[in-house]
Amino acid sequence: MEFQIFGVGILTWIVFIPIVGMLVVLLLPDKSRNAIRWAAVVATGLQVILAGVIFALFDRAKLGINDAESFQFVEKFSWITVEAVPWVGRIEINYFLGIDGLSVLMILLTSLIGFIGVISSWNIDKMVKGYFALYLLLVTGMMGVFVSLDFFLFFIFWEVMLLPMYFLIGLWGGPRREYAAIKFFLYTFVGGILMLLTMLALYFSVAYTDPATGQSVHTFNILHMMDPSNYVEGGLLSGVDTTWRYVAWMALFINFAIKIPLFPFHTWLPDAHVEAPTPISVILAGVLLKLGTYGLLRINFPIFPDATVYFIYFMAVLAMISIIYGAFCAMAQDDFKKLIAYSSISHMGIVVLGIAALNTQGMVGGVLQMFNHGIITAVLFLAVGVLYDRTHKRGLYDFGGIANQMPKYTGLAMIGMFAALGLPGLNGFVSELFSFLGAFEAYKWIAIISVTGIIITAGYILWTIQRVFLGSTPDKLTDLKDLTPREYLMFVPLIILIILLGIYPAPAIELMNSSLSHLVEFVNSGGR
Amino acid sequence: MVEHTIHSLGFYLPEIVMVLTLCVIIVADLFIKNRNQLSGIVLLGGLLIAGFMLFLQPAGSESVFYDMVASDPFALYFKAIILLAAFFVVLFSLNSRELQGYLSRIGEYYMLIAGMVFGMLMMVGSANLLMMFLALEITSISSYVLTGFTKRSGRSSEASLKYIIYGAVSSGIMLYGLTLLIGITAATDIYTINAALAQGIDQVLLLNLSILLIIVGFGFKIAVVPFHFWAPDVYEGASFPVVSLLAVASKIAAFGMLIRFFGVSFIDSAGLSADGSWSIINGLHWDLLLGVMAALAMILGNLTALRQDNIKRMLAYSSIAHAGYLLMGVVLLTGEGIATVMMYLFIYLFMNLGAFYVAMLFYNETGVDSIEGYKGFGIRAPLAGVALTIFLVSLTGLPPTAGFIAKLYIFGAAISAGWIWLVAIAGITTVISLFYYIRVVRNMFFYEPKPDQKPIHLNSFTKVVIYTLLIPTLFLGIYFSPLLEAVRDSVSLIGF
Repeated sequence: MEFQIFGVGILTWIVFIPIVGMLVVLLLPDKSRNAIRWAAVVATGLQVILAGVIFALFDRAKLGINDAESFQFVEKFSWITVEAVPWVGRIEINYFLGIDGLSVLMILLTSLIGFIGVISSWNIDKMVKGYFALYLLLVTGMMGVFVSLDFFLFFIFWEVMLLPMYFLIGLWGGPRREYAAIKFFLYTFVGGILMLLTMLALYFSVAYTDPATGQSVHTFNILHMMDPSNYVEGGLLSGVDTTWRYVAWMALFINFAIKIPLFPFHTWLPDAHVEAPTPISVILAGVLLKLGTYGLLRINFPIFPDATVYFIYFMAVLAMISIIYGAFCAMAQDDFKKLIAYSSISHMGIVVLGIAALNTQGMVGGVLQMFNHGIITAVLFLAVGVLYDRTHKRGLYDFGGIANQMPKYTGLAMIGMFAALGLPGLNGFVSELFSFLGAFEAYKWIAIISVTGIIITAGYILWTIQRVFLGSTPDKLTDLKDLTPREYLMFVPLIILIILLGIYPAPAIELMNSSLSHLVEFVNSGGR
Repeated sequence: MVEHTIHSLGFYLPEIVMVLTLCVIIVADLFIKNRNQLSGIVLLGGLLIAGFMLFLQPAGSESVFYDMVASDPFALYFKAIILLAAFFVVLFSLNSRELQGYLSRIGEYYMLIAGMVFGMLMMVGSANLLMMFLALEITSISSYVLTGFTKRSGRSSEASLKYIIYGAVSSGIMLYGLTLLIGITAATDIYTINAALAQGIDQVLLLNLSILLIIVGFGFKIAVVPFHFWAPDVYEGASFPVVSLLAVASKIAAFGMLIRFFGVSFIDSAGLSADGSWSIINGLHWDLLLGVMAALAMILGNLTALRQDNIKRMLAYSSIAHAGYLLMGVVLLTGEGIATVMMYLFIYLFMNLGAFYVAMLFYNETGVDSIEGYKGFGIRAPLAGVALTIFLVSLTGLPPTAGFIAKLYIFGAAISAGWIWLVAIAGITTVISLFYYIRVVRNMFFYEPKPDQKPIHLNSFTKVVIYTLLIPTLFLGIYFSPLLEAVRDSVSLIGF
């Protein structure tokens, strides 16, 4: 599938439009704050339109995963090519973009959340120019990771996100922002180094034969890394089920587990969420966490199918712990944001449990849960943000009776809460159901224990609703205004999706079904 | 004989130009008074002409001056980046406030820099132990005096004295090692030494001892653990331009000389593949020894940098750590290893000089060189703050900056040669380094300036210098084919 605008592929556009927006923002004078905001709206709005085009044109039947032919919207250009290097022959790095059923939903999610994040950033008044420049850079990094098929490119985009995120938390965050920012930076940087070393080991272990010259060339191409016949004799990661392959899998897994975040690598998340400004929390929970599970599916599973099968119980158990532990922690919080942060850990555990089932049901459930959780937590964080804007409070016990004062807001926020709880008819139910069904088929007991997490979730969500929205209003909290039009604009699209995908999830499932079935088959057959 | 000498002179033009520049500066300084920065301009011109001479020089490899000097692509590459680094240092000197108090003697300062550049150019070309030592001493003695140039500052004099004592002792030790080597092999040029070693040496103990002593000398020059003690004090005491000269140019020259010496004398050019590149010397595992030194430099350099509050000392420890990363490439001593060192040095030049330059600008304006004093700097001078952030991020090795590419290739070379433990240490210490680099960034941006701290305005000259350092630091992180090609073409040494 080819689709070009002015001779440039659509994926390049969707990745780099925010960079263009960033340059525009940087060129605008400091004082014209509204122009800066509108530039960000236009950049991310264009992304949403392009994502819509991709959604419309995407061929649902093509497989992708390890087959270069069936990737869509592919763009592949030589980026770094140096011939006749004495010790390796040729150094080659490609600019290689493409999407399949695994990435397409993530692109829709990223563009949507990116756009809504801009709208919710409207009332940020401190250093507006710097804020939106960094924000747009962050969006480019996220989008880039989802479309890269070259490990080098993937890594660059992955690391590009770090610095903007560090500043966005550290400069525009809450009272303990410095601590939270450096903690986030450090955790992800450790993971990044692990990924860098693994990437290099893979590079030197994989060489494909160039059909034109018959030369054997080391490559960062992720698809080449999936083909066992490309591994060189005696390479560090050559062979099947070797210790080094397990080590490499584990290094990558830790990197992605930090991002997800999976127990025991999760401790940065509550800090980052609590301190980050609302839009950044939305981005963080809505998109950034999905990069972790996406990385597992794009890199760990197909490149190391042997190690994936070997470690699959380990993964499932960690997922189970995350689900239960996250839910219990959420119940113990009295800070609204922290509660959602822990609930994120719990819900991302469901994603990992689903994909660790290694069957189509679980996989589809897991990836759908990535999308759904992105939308649901975005609503929840926006809801906290709306309250915080009006009261400058986040403690659960500070509120009460909001439903009387802000009925419309309460209605929308409750839909989000119920979706997080897994109420049938809303989108969270569908994906959680699929995930647990898949997991139940694969390992009964882990699934049964994990399902109890749902009960705990119901507990803390209902309790939160009771504490915040119901009951009597404290004296200080009177005269709260209901939603403004701008706030409707950020809630309504997400709420529509929550209801739509709850009743009729087929459009989302169709997008990924064939790719994910192929991935399951590919991993279970050991990459052949 | 005369023909050979005259022919050889054609390969020595940059060095000759530097000597002439030195003379012109002395004369100009004698006769033209009250032209305070004139000698700096003369030196800039001299460096430009020397760089131009490099282009005139015939390509290809040739051994000139009766095997005293090697002229090969490797030497050309190193000479080019030494001249480039020196050019930047002179630009720094032109607007350094520390040097403003010494305008009456500023001619001497530039003369010494010219002499030091001359020594460094000789270092990377020398193929004879005597020449090597001579070049090393020319460089060192100039740098001792330069360190003490700002003599009214007590720290500067102290640093100079420490530097001389450490330097003299390590030079003596190295000289002793060199004489032993000459005695054992009955040769002074590295090609004959290589041949003699290849035939086998009876006095294994003496040979090992001599190499150990030589490593001490080199270890001092590149400031690698455990021979690094001088660096923090000297960096703290010397003026910013001199520190950047020591941290960048002199390190580049020392690595060039180190690689030529070990690469040519100790590599069995016939059997590189058999059992590792260092097979020619029996006894100790030399590559392991250097590997351990590299690991120690990375660990101690980065850990100690964490506790520094003076930006110069912090950058000193960071440069010790970077010497460790660079030494990883020397440990391999394969074409790949050397190429990655050469890439790293080129990138290191821009990012490290950039960091020193912005630190110098800040010092010029405020007289502060403690990291705590950087609070609010990013808000007072946004361009300088953003630039320093990018330089420090590049020193950490985060994409999309050039520092990432440097680390990528040096880590990659070590992985492909099977030095997994060394790469693992390099990876861990890189994470540690993030802490102290980002601390500066945090101080610059996360604190509001105090009411009495006014915005700092940069003049257009400084802006241009910042951009010329900043653009390569970013550009080479995204597109580095030209650098890879240059390194590929420059990696060949005579006799390697």
